[in-house]
Amino acid sequence: MDFDYSDDQKFLKDEARKFLAAHCDVAVVRGVLDNADRSFDETLWKGVAEQGWLGASIPEEHGGLGLGRVELCAIAEELGRVVAPIPFASTVYFLAEGVLAHGTDGQRAAILPRIAAGQLIGCLATSEGPGVVGPATLTTRVEGGKLFGTKIPVTDGDVADTALVLASEGGRPGLYLVDLKQAGVARETLKSLDPTRGVAKLTFDGAVAERLGAAGAGFDIVQAILDRAAVLLAFEQLGGADRCLEMAKEYALGRYAFGRVIAGYQAIKHKLADMYVKNEVARSNAYYGAWALNDDAPELPIAAAAARIAASEAFWFASKESIQVHGGMGFTWDVDCHLYYRRSRQLSLVAGAPKVWKERLVSQLEQKNAA
Amino acid sequence: MDFNDSPEEAAYREKARTWLAQNAAAHRAKWGELKPNTPEHMAAAKDWQAAKAGAGYACITWPAAIGGGGGTPIQSVIFGQEETKAGLGYGYFTIGLGMCVPTVMAFADSDTKKRFVSPAVKGEEIWCQLFSEPAGGSDVAALRTRAVRDGDDWVINGQKVWTTGAHYCDYGILLTRTDPDVPKHKGLTMFWIDMRDTAVECRPIHQMSGGREFNEVYFTDLRVKDSQRLGEVGDGWKVALVTLMNERLAVGGSAGPNYREIMKLARQLSGTTGPALKDQAFREKLADWYVQSEGLKFTRFRTMTALSRGQTPGPESSIGKIISANQLQELANTAVEMEDQYGILVDPDQAPAEAAFQQSLMWAPGLRIAGGTDEILKNIIAERVLGLPGDVRVDKDVAFKDMPTGR
Repeated sequence: MDFDYSDDQKFLKDEARKFLAAHCDVAVVRGVLDNADRSFDETLWKGVAEQGWLGASIPEEHGGLGLGRVELCAIAEELGRVVAPIPFASTVYFLAEGVLAHGTDGQRAAILPRIAAGQLIGCLATSEGPGVVGPATLTTRVEGGKLFGTKIPVTDGDVADTALVLASEGGRPGLYLVDLKQAGVARETLKSLDPTRGVAKLTFDGAVAERLGAAGAGFDIVQAILDRAAVLLAFEQLGGADRCLEMAKEYALGRYAFGRVIAGYQAIKHKLADMYVKNEVARSNAYYGAWALNDDAPELPIAAAAARIAASEAFWFASKESIQVHGGMGFTWDVDCHLYYRRSRQLSLVAGAPKVWKERLVSQLEQKNAA
Repeated sequence: MDFNDSPEEAAYREKARTWLAQNAAAHRAKWGELKPNTPEHMAAAKDWQAAKAGAGYACITWPAAIGGGGGTPIQSVIFGQEETKAGLGYGYFTIGLGMCVPTVMAFADSDTKKRFVSPAVKGEEIWCQLFSEPAGGSDVAALRTRAVRDGDDWVINGQKVWTTGAHYCDYGILLTRTDPDVPKHKGLTMFWIDMRDTAVECRPIHQMSGGREFNEVYFTDLRVKDSQRLGEVGDGWKVALVTLMNERLAVGGSAGPNYREIMKLARQLSGTTGPALKDQAFREKLADWYVQSEGLKFTRFRTMTALSRGQTPGPESSIGKIISANQLQELANTAVEMEDQYGILVDPDQAPAEAAFQQSLMWAPGLRIAGGTDEILKNIIAERVLGLPGDVRVDKDVAFKDMPTGR
């Protein structure tokens, strides 16, 4: 049995933590939070590119480091701990992983080296309105290689260079690569629960679109991309949840009420213990997801759903109860609790809400157990 | 059992309705639609309060001789219901008339009462309550704001926090520490103060929900007369308990969207396997929220029944905020997740229900803390309602100055 990060992976994780401690303190996060004109931190983005993280799992032939997915998970966990205000997930988990898994040689060569070099920001555009997007509700369409329709919301769509857009062509759903810096693309920046991440409405009116993967397989490809992304996002959620527990513990140990530290009261101790239990369940499920992702195992759909469900629950619980432990201070803008509360919502919504993944998990279990 | 008013209650309700129909329309015609927390809104509120006072509908349970309505608690509840139905009711006076002025009435000399009670009832002057401090939240009696005797004056230095409306209030009741050498509950003294004094500084608190409805209040060498003292020196805690006991019965519903609004949302959205409203897991949650909401509503009916019978309501009303605050957070989050990716949007022009669910999601954490945290409320239920033994107390017999403190 060897179900943990290796020594090399731990070293990478420690280095990532040191780098982020130096380059992504809370002032960097708040610099984006408190400035409506900024949707990510450009300096941190450059630094992350220089560290090679954007190309961590991109093969060396395309300018990446060619590391495994477990290494990427380790980086994701550290980014989640510090609520990093950069379009990392959109660019790496969605676009780079999507192109790696489903792109042609030409598409890989065109996109991956630019991602690894920090020259290209990506995004995934599936949603068109409130509720779950499905074949019956998909209205964005491709005609003669041109894209028409509206996607809302698109995380990082306000700053992205290239989008993966779910659309139908001749009544068959497909996924399309779209250069967002062309005529025929309009963007509108939107207000979101988590202002440390950019969100936009993208309107396409005849933008050139190039299919990624097979025709008619749009939803399957999106799901395959989301399965991989779910594991990586779970590590970001886990990092955030761990930090919430640390912050709550630290505060409870320093705060006195009725002559004692509040950490000594069972109401607080049980709350922190509940956080720990949820975080460990999330960690174990995330590790299993990391294995399945790294090995391209057939278990990935189930492992990814379990990782996402457990991590979403852990981060939601830890972020809201950390506010509660901090009391009135936790409800202020100046204390950092709400950064995690906001990010917990962002991460739970961005690749589809937990209830969608619960349905997917059980459907997968049904299929697996039917045989 | 009967959900209808008694004949006397029905008569009072009818009278209140008639008065409201006449006066609410006139009030609206005069002021129009106003944005809350603006000077115009405040002026309209004061105007409305004066009209109510003139007709005996302000401070209904107080004697008519001091400007009240000379009525009963159930009449006060009935008027409140009708006022809400009429779309009126300003929040500016609730704390002052519900908590502060009753304390002044209980402890001040007759000149002071004569000076302050009537203007407060008429809405001419607004009061705030200055108890909570950075180091005294759940444990209010751990407060550190110091009042030091100087001849016939007291000199006050320190800081309060989470003071509702401090920036628009005229007067406040202020709980201070006058003797740090005795156990914490014994060294407190209450004063009334002029909020316009230059030694009082209000700073709005930026909440995580984005708003700035509360304040930090700083006192720098604030001088008050000994005649502004409410109660004896060292009796401040007893005075404070009177203030807190006077807190009005919360008979209103909880703030924010409820099961009806989320049901409406679910009708409009598609879920994972069909219409969101047909989702079995959601339906179970919806049933739970309905039961909780109705449970709270009928609990309020039981409270009203006690009032109607002239009895003191039982402790059942203490369950209210534990349920409503947590339900609001869970319901808002479920709604946001039901919107799926779109749930991240907070612009009222884009988000369903004008972003009420997103706003509630950011407000609910505060509701779970304000006016008694979930944990303190559960302690109250366990210890005062169920009679379970209290926690080990290490702060009862130690001089305040020797108590360990942290942040």
